[in-house]
Amino acid sequence: MDLKTPPEEILFRDEVRSFLADSLTEEICSAGRRTTSVFADPAIAMQWQGILHRKGWAAPHWPKEYGGTGWSVSQRAIFAEELIHAEAPPLIPMGLQMCGPCLIGYGTQEQKDYYLPRILNGEHFWCQGYSEPGSGSDLASLKTMAVSDGDDYIVNGTKIWTTYAHHANYMFALVRTSKEGKPQSGITFLLIDMNTPGIKVDPIIGLDEIPEQCQVFFDDVRVPKKNRIGDENDGWSVAKYLLMFERGGIEYGPGLRVRMARLKQLAEARGDVSDILRHKMADCETEILSLEFTEKRIKSALSSGQNPGALASMTKILGTELQQRTSELMVELLGIEALVWQPDAIEAGANVPMYAPEHSLVAMPSYLNARACSIYGGSNEIQRGIIAKAVLGL
Amino acid sequence: MDFTLSEEQQLLQDSAHKFLRDNVDIERRRMRARQGDNLDAAMWSQFAELGWLALPFSEDDGGLGGGVVESMLLNEELGRALVLEPYLANVVLAGGILSQAGAQHRADYLGPLLEGKLQAAVAIEEYGQTFSAEKSGVVFSRNGSGVVLSGSKHCVLNANHAEIIIVPACDRDSGELALFIVARDQPGVTVDSHRLVNGMGAGRVALADVAVDGVAEIIGDVSAIIADTLRRTWLAMGAQAMGAMACLQQMTLEYSKNRKQFGLPLSAFQVLQHRMVDMFIVCEQFRSLLLAATLKYQEGHADADFAIHAMKARIGISGRKVAHEAVQLHGGMGMTDEMAVGHYFKHLVALDLLLGNADQHQARLYRPIG
Repeated sequence: MDLKTPPEEILFRDEVRSFLADSLTEEICSAGRRTTSVFADPAIAMQWQGILHRKGWAAPHWPKEYGGTGWSVSQRAIFAEELIHAEAPPLIPMGLQMCGPCLIGYGTQEQKDYYLPRILNGEHFWCQGYSEPGSGSDLASLKTMAVSDGDDYIVNGTKIWTTYAHHANYMFALVRTSKEGKPQSGITFLLIDMNTPGIKVDPIIGLDEIPEQCQVFFDDVRVPKKNRIGDENDGWSVAKYLLMFERGGIEYGPGLRVRMARLKQLAEARGDVSDILRHKMADCETEILSLEFTEKRIKSALSSGQNPGALASMTKILGTELQQRTSELMVELLGIEALVWQPDAIEAGANVPMYAPEHSLVAMPSYLNARACSIYGGSNEIQRGIIAKAVLGL
Repeated sequence: MDFTLSEEQQLLQDSAHKFLRDNVDIERRRMRARQGDNLDAAMWSQFAELGWLALPFSEDDGGLGGGVVESMLLNEELGRALVLEPYLANVVLAGGILSQAGAQHRADYLGPLLEGKLQAAVAIEEYGQTFSAEKSGVVFSRNGSGVVLSGSKHCVLNANHAEIIIVPACDRDSGELALFIVARDQPGVTVDSHRLVNGMGAGRVALADVAVDGVAEIIGDVSAIIADTLRRTWLAMGAQAMGAMACLQQMTLEYSKNRKQFGLPLSAFQVLQHRMVDMFIVCEQFRSLLLAATLKYQEGHADADFAIHAMKARIGISGRKVAHEAVQLHGGMGMTDEMAVGHYFKHLVALDLLLGNADQHQARLYRPIG
């Protein structure tokens, strides 16, 4: 048992660090600092993706033959950490993290050849059509229908919480192709061109007043059957494969550590911070340290070919709760500075006079948006249900 | 970074687990705890034979040269089995100080201690004080080549069995901290033995003008000796707490699957399932923190002290959380002396309150700003 870093990992970290120092412009970093949710400004995020793609680093977790890097678990983690330390904006995950892996696992050769390069180079901007107004945590109850008609499906229904649907030119969606048997067994995974007639996108204004989420309506939308991933009525397997692929892939520790460091830095600069708040900050930092080591345990298990199982299912709950706590502590620390509401001033590239420091203008929308962390991606109650069943055998 | 155990470490963990499972009976422990029988001589000599008493000491002193990871593995099993014998007090605390003393003290005391032939105690705690290793209510005056000690210490672990008591004391004039080894049968030494809530043996130690020879003084950087011993003791306490918490979590899970109400096992109720998931998460996070503290200490990281104090604070916060939930989910049965739940609960409470409780350690995590 030890925490030692092998020399090749130190060299790799240096390589990543110097690449980031050379290629991250102030414009891109500024968009990173102004990101108030998990989604950065789309134009800047795609610009940054282009830079990484030219280096061959846009999709480190993909197999090498499809444009991945062939890095080890540790190398991928180092890369992710360095991106956070360098304040790079997060890449838009729908194509690279979600649709890509589904295509790699379940797509035909033709589908892979067509879509994967376009995900990497950013020509296709993807959105995820999963949730519906009546199907949130109970996703398998989804009702958007796809009826077979020759070489096409005709899709009718609606999807909601579709992040950036108003920027996307493609959607991967779960649709119902059968009402027989268990709800899970009548679902099909489709790729939908957003420019097809019959699609209407309504942005939803969030608590931060920024339209990030959307509702998408389908009115007799014709989708070619060749856009189906996997078999008809087997879409649930594709969706579950995506969850497996994601498992253990996300690390919360590095981002939380950076937020904590910022909090402490601001607290020191203010000087008049109460013992109560410092006590809370110390408590939060303890939880972050624990989570970092939980994530180290996961990486250690993955690196030695073991299944981290239980530990991986915990990190979504812990990571999101700590994102919420750190954002809450930031507002508590800043006090009335955090009340100043200027969403237009923190848009990427905006040059509007600010009436409070940038970090204060960002703090409140970040805090509000952070409430979503425990709702999306399988709510934390759903996660507890999974742990109860899969880990504790209840 | 590597979290796997070496072959020797795995062997230690397995053998400790098996030995304690086969030799410590919870029912007998319950009786012994009530009778204040917290040192079974036969058990203690078996610990010596197994090498546990020699584990953390250097080979030059007759020890096995184990580090904090080995200590963690053994103490987790001691906590799991709720061992009453004074491993923490005698081996980790007293042994920890003696191992940093001069050659004569090591030969006279550490040698017999690791063979299981000497019981020792360290008198650190005092009533009415925030825990501090930098000061002591016992004062000493130099008197020729010897010193005279006066004052009282409380909740001195293993004082009921100790033949020697190591006493931190402050110079009556300069306030300078020093460490003395006092024989229990020395004139002026009074020990009032009592149990602690978890069945551990302890005592109130009163020193009334106790004259000791100059050779009784432990020479060296006394603050550093005490501080390092405390770090190792907190780590060992954390490992014991880990064992106790893991047991409580597992026992509660099993109980919920068997106990039926409203025609269903308790485990079928979602509200209880989620509470047990939270218990599980608290346990895993504590394990991660224990590993962080142990490995950062082992490798001398700059933030090792943060991790150790954070972990000691979590013994109280997480330990009590798990224990309270375990009692609640066991219902009325959780309140009985008959069930093991309460005994783990009491052990965790003791591990929290001893050597600085959760709030006191939490307060060491931030320095005054401004």
